[in-house]
Amino acid sequence: MKKSNLKLINTTLKVRQSNKSFNVNKFRRNFSNILFKYFCLLSSSILFITLFSIIFFIGKTGILVFKDVPLQTFLFSTNWTPEEHHFGAAAIIIGTFVLTGMTLLIATPISLAIAVFLSEIAPNWLKRIMRPMIDLLVGIPSVVYGYLGMTVLIPFIRRITGVDMGDGILAAALVLSLMVIPTITRISDDSLTVLPNEYREASYALGSTRLQMIWKVILPGAKDGIVTAIILGMARAIGETMAVVMVIGNVAQLPITLITPTSVLTSNIVMQIMNVQSDSTWHNALYMMAFLLLLISFILIACIRLIRNKGEQTI
Amino acid sequence: MRVLTRKRKLSKAMDEIASITLWGFNLMFLLLIIWILYTILSKGLPKLTPNFLVELPDEINIGGGIGPVLFNSFYVLFISLIISIPVGVGAGIYLSEYAQKNKFTFLLRMSVESLASVPSVVFGLFGMAIFVEYFHIGLTIIGAAVTLALLNLPVITRVTEESIRALPIGLREASYALGTTKFECIRTIVLPAAFNGIVTGICLVAGRAYGESAVIILTAGTSTSGRMWDFNLFSPGGTLAVHLWYIQSEAIVPDAKEIADKAAAVLVLVVLMINFLLRIPVWFKEHKFKI
Repeated sequence: MKKSNLKLINTTLKVRQSNKSFNVNKFRRNFSNILFKYFCLLSSSILFITLFSIIFFIGKTGILVFKDVPLQTFLFSTNWTPEEHHFGAAAIIIGTFVLTGMTLLIATPISLAIAVFLSEIAPNWLKRIMRPMIDLLVGIPSVVYGYLGMTVLIPFIRRITGVDMGDGILAAALVLSLMVIPTITRISDDSLTVLPNEYREASYALGSTRLQMIWKVILPGAKDGIVTAIILGMARAIGETMAVVMVIGNVAQLPITLITPTSVLTSNIVMQIMNVQSDSTWHNALYMMAFLLLLISFILIACIRLIRNKGEQTI
Repeated sequence: MRVLTRKRKLSKAMDEIASITLWGFNLMFLLLIIWILYTILSKGLPKLTPNFLVELPDEINIGGGIGPVLFNSFYVLFISLIISIPVGVGAGIYLSEYAQKNKFTFLLRMSVESLASVPSVVFGLFGMAIFVEYFHIGLTIIGAAVTLALLNLPVITRVTEESIRALPIGLREASYALGTTKFECIRTIVLPAAFNGIVTGICLVAGRAYGESAVIILTAGTSTSGRMWDFNLFSPGGTLAVHLWYIQSEAIVPDAKEIADKAAAVLVLVVLMINFLLRIPVWFKEHKFKI
């Protein structure tokens, strides 16, 4: 604060001095002022243009697939053998949803337990250790998670179940959970922490124990924030690529058991796009899958906006 | 009354049990994080030699290093930051200082939010569609850097906007009262005051870009030009993260496992360093408040 005050005085002095050669400086100052405004406007327009060109480029190429493959086949057939010209993405789409569902099933309870612990129970010194540690998990590259999954988790699954491969939904869901837990935890933790202390005091004054306070007052109070956290976690799980590629097996078939090698949208795109010719139906089908991913993430963002608007109305 | 006491006792017991379970559970989770870091570092670090960091990778023989890919990691990161910082900070300033409440601003905000949620593989495909298929320049460092910059833009924008918004309005009013133009006010007052927040955001983004692999595979490929210190923007730019994936799942080198162990350790070590850098401004801030 003090530093910026000093700067303020400095600027004033400069401005006063510049008043002497008023006309030239005035022009220059106005010019840079306007230039900067347009620079900022241009920068923010770049974001806008990027979004629309992504939708345009991906959609434009993706839509071409329907020239060769009917929509029903693409969405509802589970036969994905592009070499023989069968382009049914259903197994891959189902795989994506099953994987995301499994991930949330594992990650949500764990994240909530950590978030509640951090905001309500943990002493300050432990908070100061745990929060940076959890942030650190976000920063670890996804290939490192995939590498851990391949070298530690999959041999472990092989030993327990006795199968040869071990790749599949279970391994991918466990790896993804680890990546999603920090996201859900930190956002829920924030929305629990900002709840006014009066809530807690009122609850204690009515004679409730800490568990009752958490269960009946704090968790319902932060409901919106927690749901937002889960949706953001979901978005991350759906969009994650490399960690999943390394542990899911990359076979386009229905995930019948948890350890059947299967495939999801992201992994399928990355594994196949490098080997196909552009302008082929296969290429276009992969772009269509990317377009589906885009659609899903936009729907999730719309859900978050709805929740936020609802929250603003009730207050 | 007796029923009530019994109920009270029960809920007290439940409370105790829940507290103990949560404590145990969270300590276990903390141990899990430490175990993960330990596993990665202990597998790779003991075998790490300085030579490994600068030598060329080898496709067939034992003893390849990670020189060019490690260099590419930082080179791509550096170029992408050069592109994304001015644009992202500019957009953040626009949203917090200039934007009026109208349809255009609403659209801008929507696009920032939507862009932030677009999966990285879609960005990769977009980069591929533009640089490989439209401009026909193939898999290049510049393509990867631009795509990575676009991926990071929304985050930098949001962080800048939030840290500028958190400043008290009085700062700006005082500056205007002294006759500064808006640009002078932003340059000399607003940006320095919001500097810490913006730097923290940029560090976060740098960490993410450094570890990003899906975008790089699609726009820069998995290979390198095979030379050290290759500053050519148009050579293929496989980074360390991509190399780890490649060596772990595709490569046929006999010592692939050992290289993967070491590469993972280096990756995590750099992430730890970036995280440490991230703490410094925060630490300074806390320190300043104490005095």
